[in-house]
Amino acid sequence: MKTLLVIWTGILAGIGGYTFFYANGLSYLSNDPRACANCHIMHEQFDGWQKASHHAVATCNDCHVPHDFIGKWLTKASNGHHHSEAFTLQNFHEPIQIRPGNAAVLNANCLYCHRDYVREITAHRTPNAEELKCVHCHDSVGHGPRR
Amino acid sequence: MKKFGYILLVMLAAAATVGGLLLKDNIATRKAEAKQVVFKLVDLTEQITDPATWGKNFPRQYDGYRRTSERTGTEYGGGGSDTLATDKLKADPRLVTIFDGYAFAIDYRARRGHAYMLDDQRTTKRVTQKPQPGSCLHCHAANTLAYRKAGLANGAPGTLDDPLISATGYAQLQTGFVKVSALSYSNATQLVEHPVACVDCHDPESMQLRVTRPGFLNGIRALATSTDPVPHLPSIEKWRAGDRQSPYDPNQLATRQEMRSFVCGQCHVEYYCGPKTTLFYPWNNGLKVEQIEAFYDSYKFPDGHRFYDWKHATTGAEVLKAQHPEFEMWSQGIHARSGVACADCHMPYRREGAIKISDHWVRSPLLNVANSCQVCHHFPEDEIRDRVALIQDRNHALLSRAEDALVALIQTIGGAMKNGATDTQLKSARDLQRKAQWRVDFVNAENSMGFHAPQEAARILAEAIDYAREGEIAVLKIQQ
Repeated sequence: MKTLLVIWTGILAGIGGYTFFYANGLSYLSNDPRACANCHIMHEQFDGWQKASHHAVATCNDCHVPHDFIGKWLTKASNGHHHSEAFTLQNFHEPIQIRPGNAAVLNANCLYCHRDYVREITAHRTPNAEELKCVHCHDSVGHGPRR
Repeated sequence: MKKFGYILLVMLAAAATVGGLLLKDNIATRKAEAKQVVFKLVDLTEQITDPATWGKNFPRQYDGYRRTSERTGTEYGGGGSDTLATDKLKADPRLVTIFDGYAFAIDYRARRGHAYMLDDQRTTKRVTQKPQPGSCLHCHAANTLAYRKAGLANGAPGTLDDPLISATGYAQLQTGFVKVSALSYSNATQLVEHPVACVDCHDPESMQLRVTRPGFLNGIRALATSTDPVPHLPSIEKWRAGDRQSPYDPNQLATRQEMRSFVCGQCHVEYYCGPKTTLFYPWNNGLKVEQIEAFYDSYKFPDGHRFYDWKHATTGAEVLKAQHPEFEMWSQGIHARSGVACADCHMPYRREGAIKISDHWVRSPLLNVANSCQVCHHFPEDEIRDRVALIQDRNHALLSRAEDALVALIQTIGGAMKNGATDTQLKSARDLQRKAQWRVDFVNAENSMGFHAPQEAARILAEAIDYAREGEIAVLKIQQ
């Protein structure tokens, strides 16, 4: 019986491992923008980014993932789970929309590079004030003009 | 007991294995979707007008196209039963007074989907009770082949195998267009089988967008030679700045984004299609309401008479009927200026698997807010709908006031005629009716209830109200 269990576990590990490999699972641990377009739902965003002004200076992760180690991997884990679930079950809103938490990460990353230029705008922000979103106006910098 | 534990474990392991395999399967499906494959089942040519044949190669687009037969309605557009669209004359009896003496006072209904355009035209009382010319077919049928055949029969060069976008193809199209337009409607309509179809907007070889309506090709060429600024149509501005050696041809010069409006603007425009001269688009001065009016006022029919659509039965004024100037109104709005094409909202992109297609179920964006509006406007659907409703409700209220003013003018002139006022005395009041009528109808016949250009629609209606009341004052002055 024990042998049988060991064999079963082996098969399970094999199938799981192969599925992970087949789904390019390791690529998600990288910073390569192509990994984000593994799922075809992101093709438009990927195409747009290649034509947008930030193409030369920022990849997906530079804008969409926090720059500190813990934040980065927590965000990757949360989005990885959320995206896999949505794409497998095909139950998401179209056109796809950024979630509030990810929008906050995004805005923080605008400031990560541009803080010096916007000091006058951000200096007097109180903790409870509705945060001013850079992309509200600068909406084409990441993914090009609206389609 | 230990045995049961093992069995349970094995079952769990089996379930997990099945789960793993299912996930692998799902990923394989998603990956397969990303391999875009076009299956070419039939060879398409200029001579195939049946959309079902094109649909064999493009089933996704064809599915959407067929859904234009579904009954849809919004607050201010469409509606009615599956067999008959909403009767506008019953909904707004003022229209009977406004169109007195014209076929629109007999039968005037809300729009239905593209699928019905030919049937509706063949059965409207405007056509069955009043003889109409073949011109009407210009925008209600897949007619390129019929035009080209008629062109060849009347001496145009080349053969049917020539591409439509060629010197000979154009010559066949234009010659046939003049000939078919001059036929009676009952004869002309036998030359066509289908409502607007694939071949009207797409090249059969490359599927590229193209315009095929002779009236549009002539009209947009005239617009290009005018001085009206058209910043939303960059290829025209570019042509104007060039040497102008050859006339403006949208099929050669327009950007893809412009073509996504031009194909709709082939028909969703103002034009003259009556019997007195061949159909034309009145864009020689520009696209604005008063520029079109000025062109009509200066236009003489072959018999030398000033342009008019019909003589009003109550007042005797020679007045104008607007068709459906969506392209003109859109041209004055913020969406056009921001580079948004008709197709962006009325045929928005949607996803099927990994394939991005434009939705060929052409319909109101209000029926598809997520794909149409939320691509640019990142607000909840309800908020977007409320914004549109606010614009349309305001426009509707203003339109209603303008119609009241126009009806009052018509009744005032009619009353003065009963009291013996002469044509000379009534000239200025009748001219003001013509101006007011043109403006009220420009907004009323335009299918967006003001949304395509809210401020422009309000400007036009304000002028309409002013002209109508000025007309009443003109009549009062006679009686003093």
